[in-house]
Amino acid sequence: MIQFKHVHKAYKVGGREITALEPCDLQIPEGQIFGLIGHSGAGKSTLLRLINRLEEPTSGSIIVKDQDITALDAAALRRFRQGVGMIFQHFNLLSSKTVADNVAMPLKLANELSKTQIKERVHQLLERVGLTDHAQKYPAQLSGGQKQRVGIARALSTSPSILLCDEATSALDPQTTGQVLQLLNEINRELNLTIVLITHEMDVIRRICDQVAVMDAGRIVEQGTVSEVFLHPQHPTTRRFVYEDEHLDEQEQLKRFSQIAGCIIKLTFQGESTYSPLLGEVARQCGVDYSILNGRIDYIRDTPYGQLTLSLIGGNTVAALDAFRAADVTVEILRP
Amino acid sequence: MNAFFNNVDWYDIWLATLDTLMMLGGSMLFTVLFGLPLGVILFLTAPKQMFEQKALYGILSFFVNVLRSLPFIILLIVMIPLTLLITGTSLGVAGAIPPLVAGATPFFARLVETALREVDKGIIEATQAMGASTWQIITQALLPEARPGIIAASTVTAITLVSYTAMAGVVGAGGLGDLAIRFGYQRFQTDVMVVTVVLLLILVQLLQSLGDRLVIHFSRK
Repeated sequence: MIQFKHVHKAYKVGGREITALEPCDLQIPEGQIFGLIGHSGAGKSTLLRLINRLEEPTSGSIIVKDQDITALDAAALRRFRQGVGMIFQHFNLLSSKTVADNVAMPLKLANELSKTQIKERVHQLLERVGLTDHAQKYPAQLSGGQKQRVGIARALSTSPSILLCDEATSALDPQTTGQVLQLLNEINRELNLTIVLITHEMDVIRRICDQVAVMDAGRIVEQGTVSEVFLHPQHPTTRRFVYEDEHLDEQEQLKRFSQIAGCIIKLTFQGESTYSPLLGEVARQCGVDYSILNGRIDYIRDTPYGQLTLSLIGGNTVAALDAFRAADVTVEILRP
Repeated sequence: MNAFFNNVDWYDIWLATLDTLMMLGGSMLFTVLFGLPLGVILFLTAPKQMFEQKALYGILSFFVNVLRSLPFIILLIVMIPLTLLITGTSLGVAGAIPPLVAGATPFFARLVETALREVDKGIIEATQAMGASTWQIITQALLPEARPGIIAASTVTAITLVSYTAMAGVVGAGGLGDLAIRFGYQRFQTDVMVVTVVLLLILVQLLQSLGDRLVIHFSRK
């Protein structure tokens, strides 16, 4: 478990103090994929780098596995870092070393395994990320997705318990992003690895995270399970991220609704209820007619969810809303 | 043919070539030996780098600039007492090497500093995140990544040293440049001038193409 206790980070720039992270308390449970989302400059990159002390906190303490890492001396910090993998937006592979040598690098630095053991481990890792054929190539000869997989293999080489991902998919195309997220998802389960990732794309959070914290101007403004935060966003920043992901504009949408008759509601289904034939049932029972204005059925990590915007016309609208609520569907009235 | 080259003593040319090569080899060796660490220190202590040390960087930078702003011919003479102390003589090839090293080291160190700055900061960060010590970051990441740039810097430095050796005649170090001045210029022996210039040209060309080849060999980008 990673725990932030009143951690605060400020920089001095030309005599002026600039706060990168307001005093922050945070708990990241073991074995989870924890997402941090925010626009650039929101402080998410600082927060991530505090976990392996690439950034030093101005005050507060950071506890990782019952150990206050802010108290570690240089040698202890190096040993601690060997147990924390990290991958980067621009991969940061050494261009002068082959794929195999890049993956072997953390092991050579740690100097705990023999040459044959390192070779074996590197082979095993490259097999896991599907790059055995590219072992003797140089990073410049690989595609972006392959480079990131080398990055992942390198980060996993010392069998860390924590993996930090710094915008790991932001430089990749959508298809490659999917493959890399899939790989992260798999290693999270296989190795019970705690993954902390930062991103500015809600889609990444939705696809693989268990929990999410939304950051804005150096503060965590909203935090919770992904389904809570994603389906019922509270803070304006969170709402913007969610709407961005759905390619919707909140204001624009309300304007369009003004020309539509009836009571406009938004239904949120989660889990099994997503696939139940609820709309038809309720329409028959309460005698309401509905038209679907907007809809999306998708997954949050592995849980299916659906969001439908309907206009209800005629019949007993109040009974219909009660019937939806009774079926564990969240009802939000956009316009009575 | 021989009539045109009648002033040329090929044995003298051979000795001068050897002198030039010895001065070049000896001074290059010490220039890299001193200049590489100096370049690394300049890089690390520079503002906004890993070990920002404003005072140390300021002092080193000042001395590097002083040495670089002295014309080599002046340095050669100013350094005579120091050269005597180091080599026991201020004359000949041995007397030329200390001022050559003093002239080329700051130049080379600056080029190394520049080459190191070209290394992607993300790579340094990734290496830090792996738990590398400072020494490991320098030897396992910085220097390998900057290798093509450092080889290019060595090539430029070697060629600069060739032109410096031409002035070493002032302290009686001999060499091709000295021959060109004493015979080619002062005694109007155009043939000697032509031969020495051609030999210097060949030497510079060889150095440059060797350097270029090594840069290509070590570039993986």
